[in-house]
Amino acid sequence: MEGLTGSINVLGYGLAALGPALAVGMIFAAYINGVARQPESRNLLQPIAILGFALAEALALFGLVLAFIN
Amino acid sequence: MSPHVLASGYSPPSPSSFWHPLIGEGATAITRPMFLMAFSVLLITALAFVVTRRMSLVPGSGQFVAEGIYTFVRNGVARDSLGSKEFLAFVPLLLTQFLLIFTNNLFGIVPVIQFPTFSRYGFALSVTLIVFVVYHVVGIRRKGLGGYFRGMVPSGLPKLVVPVIFLLELLTYFVTRPLTLSLRLFANMFAGHILLLVFFLGGTYMLVEADGLLINVASVGAFLMGIVFTGFELLIYFLQAYVFVLLSASYIATSIADDH
Repeated sequence: MEGLTGSINVLGYGLAALGPALAVGMIFAAYINGVARQPESRNLLQPIAILGFALAEALALFGLVLAFIN
Repeated sequence: MSPHVLASGYSPPSPSSFWHPLIGEGATAITRPMFLMAFSVLLITALAFVVTRRMSLVPGSGQFVAEGIYTFVRNGVARDSLGSKEFLAFVPLLLTQFLLIFTNNLFGIVPVIQFPTFSRYGFALSVTLIVFVVYHVVGIRRKGLGGYFRGMVPSGLPKLVVPVIFLLELLTYFVTRPLTLSLRLFANMFAGHILLLVFFLGGTYMLVEADGLLINVASVGAFLMGIVFTGFELLIYFLQAYVFVLLSASYIATSIADDH
């Protein structure tokens, strides 16, 4: 092994991904809670949960794009 | 097939792994994703013709799948977010986008092709531009130019806050929405493809080029993870196509909504 090479940006991105990861977890936790309390609300909650997931995930993906910009 | 493995020593996948020029080079090159995009259009058109040619009351298997996809977009996406009055006008746009994006995403795990077209940003940007133009034009035709911009600000706000909110909403409509919509699709495909490259290129390197029996055996783990993530990518490919049309529909819905 002749030492690791790579971009330190990616390391920063790994840290930055923590926030969106927690957000996505919380969104789905709320969704699961809602469905567990009221199973018939599933069809109503599903698009909302996926929309929220997509919006939170977008932040992580911005970080990814920025990590690759030099 | 891949230059990374053939090079001496291991070099991890990078943005340059996505550059596949076929004819020419530089900015005017005709690349592999361009062919894939054209191929996907032909494929979808041909499939649509085949499954709708002999429609019957009791559907065959092809018609059943086609109806399932159509119903999913029509009822699950368009009707739920646009309301039952005017959703029908937008179903063709949303269905076309869904099929185009899902097919092109699926190319990422189809053997031999193995390249999600939307992992090149230009493609994601161009499908987003269509949505961008559509929701502005629809909104302006519905409310008039002045009414469209006035409708961006919710009514009943204190006068002092209105300019600030207006600026923020302007930014949302013209910058944030197209940027997030296109970046989400692009970055998901990009990240997913790079993830698969990491496992399969790394696994190949460990198996073929690295010395040491232990490393060669450990490559099994890399390949297993690659296979697991291939399944995971299938889920992501579908989810991104769904999210894209869902957000398109909700953007159009806010443009044609009468009042906040």
